[in-house]
Amino acid sequence: MSPAAVQTERFRDLRASLRLWGETLSALRRSPGAVAGGVLLVAIVLTSLSFQWVYPRDPLAQDLMARLTPPAWQEGGSLEYPLGTDNLGRDVLVRILYGSRVSLLVGFAAVLVACAAGILLGLVSGFYGGRVDSLIMRVADVFMAYPFMLLTISVIAVLGNSILNLILVLGLSDWVTYARTIRGSVLSLKEKEFVLAARSVGTRNRVILMRHVFPNVLSPILVLATVRVANIIIWESGLSFLGMGVPPPMPTWGRMLAEGRVYITDAWWLVTLPGLAIMLTILSINLLGDGLRDALDPRLRNL
Amino acid sequence: MGRYILKRLWHTVYVAVGISIISFFFIHLSGDPVMLMLPPDATKTEVETLRQQLGFNDPLYVQYGRFAARALQGDLGVSLYHRVPALSLILERLPASLELAGAAMLIAIVVSVPLGVVSAVKRGSVWDVASMLGALFGLSMPHFWLGIMLILLFSVTLGWLPTSGRGTLAHLVMPAIALGLSLMAMFARLTRSVMLEVLNQDYVRTARAKGLAERLVIGKHALKNALIPLVTVAGMQFGFLIGGTVIIETVFAWPGVGRLVVQAIFSRDYPLVQAAVLVLAVIFVLVNLAVDLVYLYLDPRISYLEDT
Repeated sequence: MSPAAVQTERFRDLRASLRLWGETLSALRRSPGAVAGGVLLVAIVLTSLSFQWVYPRDPLAQDLMARLTPPAWQEGGSLEYPLGTDNLGRDVLVRILYGSRVSLLVGFAAVLVACAAGILLGLVSGFYGGRVDSLIMRVADVFMAYPFMLLTISVIAVLGNSILNLILVLGLSDWVTYARTIRGSVLSLKEKEFVLAARSVGTRNRVILMRHVFPNVLSPILVLATVRVANIIIWESGLSFLGMGVPPPMPTWGRMLAEGRVYITDAWWLVTLPGLAIMLTILSINLLGDGLRDALDPRLRNL
Repeated sequence: MGRYILKRLWHTVYVAVGISIISFFFIHLSGDPVMLMLPPDATKTEVETLRQQLGFNDPLYVQYGRFAARALQGDLGVSLYHRVPALSLILERLPASLELAGAAMLIAIVVSVPLGVVSAVKRGSVWDVASMLGALFGLSMPHFWLGIMLILLFSVTLGWLPTSGRGTLAHLVMPAIALGLSLMAMFARLTRSVMLEVLNQDYVRTARAKGLAERLVIGKHALKNALIPLVTVAGMQFGFLIGGTVIIETVFAWPGVGRLVVQAIFSRDYPLVQAAVLVLAVIFVLVNLAVDLVYLYLDPRISYLEDT
């Protein structure tokens, strides 16, 4: 192929994928739930990235004179601490805001890791078949049966709870669903005319995989990944709750709940507000995920 | 049918072997077990002697073989902290975890299936919208936070239910609801979507056409077929539930395996962790095997398809 022809080819690919995104977006716009979820999620992410310019507080600063101050709207609260303070007099609002960074970072990064591993193994497994396929699928079966929570907890306990370890462990224990989904799609795509056509003109396997097969498995993966971000964030907060999340002093939603539990009789806001933050985040992702699923792939409705 | 069962049995065996391999290497990943057994001031010769005695100088595959042979005889090692066989500790705690997981599953199914059916039959109604919104919220709540909220409401504020421990039904209510809510949400959504699919099938139309009462059409023809995917998902989730009780057991001080494992991890009692993981994984695999067999009864087409 001449360089110019390659250029046109690339351009056509790009246009096709832009069209796919455009169609997805317009389908999403028709679903009020997806719009609400998307707007909420964007708002959460933007807030998480930029709050320090609007609300420049230190999440670790202690004000022992003001410990266990209730939220501003309650008797005894003040606008100084809009969502109250914890047992050391630290500002709950700014701690929740910092916590959002940990959860979003771990959630999205771990899903990327899981996607990368799952896509690679799923493509190889489905496309090449045979022994490689059965080996990968057997390993997947073992991973599925492994008690996931215990696996992550015990591995983190051994390796240490740095943010990188969390991302890797959560990501690598979650590859199976992606690999299975991809493998299933690849198996059916493999027999489609356009793949057979590419093969008959002597296209190399790797090119067929990347150019013809991969783009067609993107939409189920996107749907799956969205749902999994929500799951990983819940897991991350659970690990954090058990004391195995991102190490202190970085505030996390899970640890705030664990620390607040001791003061449950005196300070309802300490055990309520961080959980509400988790719920709002997960809710926005789930709404968006439902919309994406309906827009991209109605067959996945049972996920 | 025989071949189908054999295939499932083989699946069970290799998954169990795979898990035992991972569990075995986990102990090696966690550092030198000899160092954990001896006091920190032990001399080099003492360490070396114990190493030799316990066979830690043998090649890994020999060690794994020994570990597997012992595991098959029910010897899963000794807890470093409690100084008793790990398996007996786990079996002692297992009923509590099974009770909790069973109760959560029961609540989830009893509530979600009727909700899902009503939502599907009265699609677009207030019922449908309300229960699907509720399901969405249920899916979005971390179960341990829900547990804390229940404690805040029913124990701290109203004083109706005990905050922790096991014994009476009152102790079981909150942890079971907290653990079961996300399942409830998941099953309600699943029931609804499967029912919607089934209600469009020809045999449902036939049943209606021959004048059957709507109650019979839905209960006998539609729901029975919708149950098949539900059983699969419920079976898989039950396995996850047993391993997933870890956090909720911590919240409610429930004396189950999950709490035992968390304590074991904090006291670096790795043989106990390893044993617990192995036991829970085997239970998970056996539950799945049971589900596959129930499947045979629910959907006779399966064994036929597998055999041809």
